[in-house]
Amino acid sequence: MSTIAIDKSAPNRKMKYGSMSRDRTWALRWSYFFLTLFAMFSLLPPLYMLVTSLKGSAEISAATNPWWVFSPTLSNYIEILTSNQFLRFFWNSAMVSIFVVTITMLISVPAAFALARMRFWGSATLATGVFLTYLIPETLLFLPLFKMFATFGEFTGIQLINKWYVLLIVYPTLTVPFCTWIMIGYFASIPKELDEAAIIDGATWIQTLTRIFIPVAFPGIIAATIFAFTVSWAQFLYPLVFTTSIDQLVLPVGIITTLIKGDVFAWGQIMTGALLGAAPPLIIYAFLMDYYIAGLTAGATKG
Amino acid sequence: MVDVAVQPNRGVVAGSKRKRSSLQTAMKRKSTTAFLMTLPLIILIAVLVIYPAFYSLHLATLNKSMQRFVGLGNFEFLFKRETFWLVVKQSCIFAITAVIFKALIGFIVAHFVHNIPAKGQRKWRGMLLVPWVIPPAMSTLAWLWLFDPSYSAFNYTLAYFGVGPVPWTGDAAWARFSVILVNIWVGAPFFMIMYLAALKSVPDQLYEAAAIDGANWWQRIWYVTLPMMRNIIAITTLFSLIVTFANFDIVRILTAGGPLDHTHIFATWAFRVGIEGSDVPLGASVSLFMVPILAIAAVFILRDINKRGNES
Amino acid sequence: MADVTLRKVVKRYDEVEAVRGIDLDIADHEFVVLVGPSGCGKSTTLRMIAGLEDITGGDIMIGGDVINDVPPKDRDIAMVFQNYALYPHMTVAENMSFGLRLKRYPKAEIKSRVDEAARMLDIVELVDRKPKQLSGGQRQRVAMGRAIVRNPKVFLFDEPLSNLDAKLRVQMRIEIKKVHQKVRTTTVYVTHDQVEAMTLADRVVVMNHGRIEQVGTPNELYHRPATKFVAGFIGSPAMNFIPCRLEDVGGRLHVRLTDRISFPLPAARAARYKGVTRADKLLLGLRPEHIAEAKSHQEPGIESFDVVLDVTEPMGMETFVYFTLEGTQICGRVNPNAGARDGAPLRLAVDLNNMHLLNEVTGVVL
Repeated sequence: MSTIAIDKSAPNRKMKYGSMSRDRTWALRWSYFFLTLFAMFSLLPPLYMLVTSLKGSAEISAATNPWWVFSPTLSNYIEILTSNQFLRFFWNSAMVSIFVVTITMLISVPAAFALARMRFWGSATLATGVFLTYLIPETLLFLPLFKMFATFGEFTGIQLINKWYVLLIVYPTLTVPFCTWIMIGYFASIPKELDEAAIIDGATWIQTLTRIFIPVAFPGIIAATIFAFTVSWAQFLYPLVFTTSIDQLVLPVGIITTLIKGDVFAWGQIMTGALLGAAPPLIIYAFLMDYYIAGLTAGATKG
Repeated sequence: MVDVAVQPNRGVVAGSKRKRSSLQTAMKRKSTTAFLMTLPLIILIAVLVIYPAFYSLHLATLNKSMQRFVGLGNFEFLFKRETFWLVVKQSCIFAITAVIFKALIGFIVAHFVHNIPAKGQRKWRGMLLVPWVIPPAMSTLAWLWLFDPSYSAFNYTLAYFGVGPVPWTGDAAWARFSVILVNIWVGAPFFMIMYLAALKSVPDQLYEAAAIDGANWWQRIWYVTLPMMRNIIAITTLFSLIVTFANFDIVRILTAGGPLDHTHIFATWAFRVGIEGSDVPLGASVSLFMVPILAIAAVFILRDINKRGNES
Repeated sequence: MADVTLRKVVKRYDEVEAVRGIDLDIADHEFVVLVGPSGCGKSTTLRMIAGLEDITGGDIMIGGDVINDVPPKDRDIAMVFQNYALYPHMTVAENMSFGLRLKRYPKAEIKSRVDEAARMLDIVELVDRKPKQLSGGQRQRVAMGRAIVRNPKVFLFDEPLSNLDAKLRVQMRIEIKKVHQKVRTTTVYVTHDQVEAMTLADRVVVMNHGRIEQVGTPNELYHRPATKFVAGFIGSPAMNFIPCRLEDVGGRLHVRLTDRISFPLPAARAARYKGVTRADKLLLGLRPEHIAEAKSHQEPGIESFDVVLDVTEPMGMETFVYFTLEGTQICGRVNPNAGARDGAPLRLAVDLNNMHLLNEVTGVVL
């Protein structure tokens, strides 16, 4: 009896497993199928940038298949990379981004440490305020800021509008709140005993920050740095409002205002410029993807 | 031993009074250090965020040359203009449609990524997040080129199937579709990454328990995944609502509000009126209309974050 | 000199009084353990000694100086935390020397101190590793090493063994005791584990509800607890408390447990409890080892009675037996060969020479 029962149940069970794994396989195939579709959708515009950037102007206006390059040429790249104007935009963007990242980290790291660890009067309100500031979009502030800087110029004679360094003043309003917010999250996740141990070891608050917290929260520092860089590099509205002279423009605005002349679109150069403009964030992303994603999710999940 | 604390109360009070002064100086020193560390942040927020926010309220009450107080005149003027109501309608359609599709696509894609073996997830996630990484101004240029009236690569492909040509940015309805499509393309990866993080935080045992209880995949999503992700879905949606509602780059580059103002949203119209039309007060009045919706979203986000803060 | 003195120390958080007036004298070289249930104020007391919490009232002295307002780094103390609190980005050697480096000790001195501590704790080969590469026990040693290199006046331990598994905990307990025998530094050690307290301490301080219940050597606390709390807290399995009252039967003082069971008290005990009011509600305190199987030859003061066992727990060396008297569950400890079985009757004997009598209302041991 018992041997029969076992014999009967064994193939049964096998079939069950078989159907389960067949289901799994199909689910997996469908997943890959749709992921491929979505990935194509995601990568289509950047790939098309690349395709176009390798075409000469004759091929661009020809009626051939736009998705393929029939006579690849680097002429667009040569033209862009030897144009003083474009190099100037690139330089301006780089200067602005590097300075803004530095300013942002200098402001937000100590502030985040104080808010996360040194409870003082109003610190909780301030932390909430930082978060609210992060929710205020730049499109709400550009007009009053523009007027403020204009008025400031009238009263002091220091003309800030139409100078690239005015961006160093306005960009931190976008980067500092978010960076402070995620650094508060990273610092708060460090066990309380660690700073108590440091205090007993004789460290001052500043030493605790520089010698314990910053090294321990280093992934957070990298995530915040990447964020600040990406935001400053990509910002479009503020430079569009605050700078107009060609030599003061940053990359995104520069490409759009100089390469689009009336109705004449130099698409080969525009795509090349756009691709080069997208390159720094993409390169950083390629190498530091995990930090990038950690920073992205930290904003909403920590706190 | 037990009643030690009761009897010598007077001594304790006197003792603590004596040292309160020095204790307070120690506390004060700590507070001062902390305050100094946050001072740049406070100044930045006060001068460059809070002050301009209130300043724009003041600006909105001035006339075009900013010399005369007109009270609510700017608003009265706006309410009488058809374009204004067009912008209100378009902003709402734009934000709501885009956020819904971003959330849906993000949710679906996150599930697919979560489904495949962990080894390959990194690669797919990496590819799918690319739209979020490219500066929107740059990628919108690529879309503009894809939508080009004469050389549109999309229309070339559609013609192959005998469809089109589609006036991607030339016709009001298609132009609205296009700006929303680009916005979804830029924003969906953010949802995907947030949902993926949330999916990973749902313990596997819950799914195993649900499977043992006889739940099919749909019931598992409805009864396990969604309730566990409710918080993250809410907060991501609200975040995205704010960002989408206040969007500027995509519409500005793709259509600049056209054709005939039929894709203008608050930010682009405020720019058109305030900077290009040099009527800063009117532009400020337009952008102020974003405040109520932003405020509502912010209140909900804050409530959610406080709730979670209390739980932990 | 590194004696530690607490005078009427009080700690109040907003509404809650965590520590309600503690007086304690800790002698130089002494190993004192603060023990009690969670929330009894023992950790708060330790953190006030460390300077991590302000003192609401009273004084704390180290080596005769009031250190209430002295910052932690100037108190000359070292502390070992429950989760070790090792700096994750520093090597073991860097962790141990961090305090010395902040104080700008000469390099050679730092090195010799770290080497010595590492040798003492048997972690010489680990000094270049990061905390992540260490096991729990090794991390514990490093945390102790960090305390030792500073050569402080006082060691403070905050539940240092709670994160270790049971086996490692026993081993580290011995390790801590050895280290203390070598360095002889005054030590204040906080734990909720009464076994740790008993095995490590020169003197144990039992705390409850922010107050000290009793201070004494482990043996004093075990054999002469002052309150019901101490009697019940020290010892495992815990002391049995059986409702009872005293009565005079035929000129002898008896303790009556139930209508059926009443024992005459031995002479010494009878003399001690002579003055207790007969009507008072009392508790008979008996440790499990004083409830054993009845033997044929009974010594004076040992009284036997019959029970039906509920449950038995064979431990190998002995068997714990559980039975119920008038709704009170009682635990006894019998020889594994005494024939104790679940649900079976057994004749047990209580050793009244080691009994305690408590006032049920006040909880005071009479």
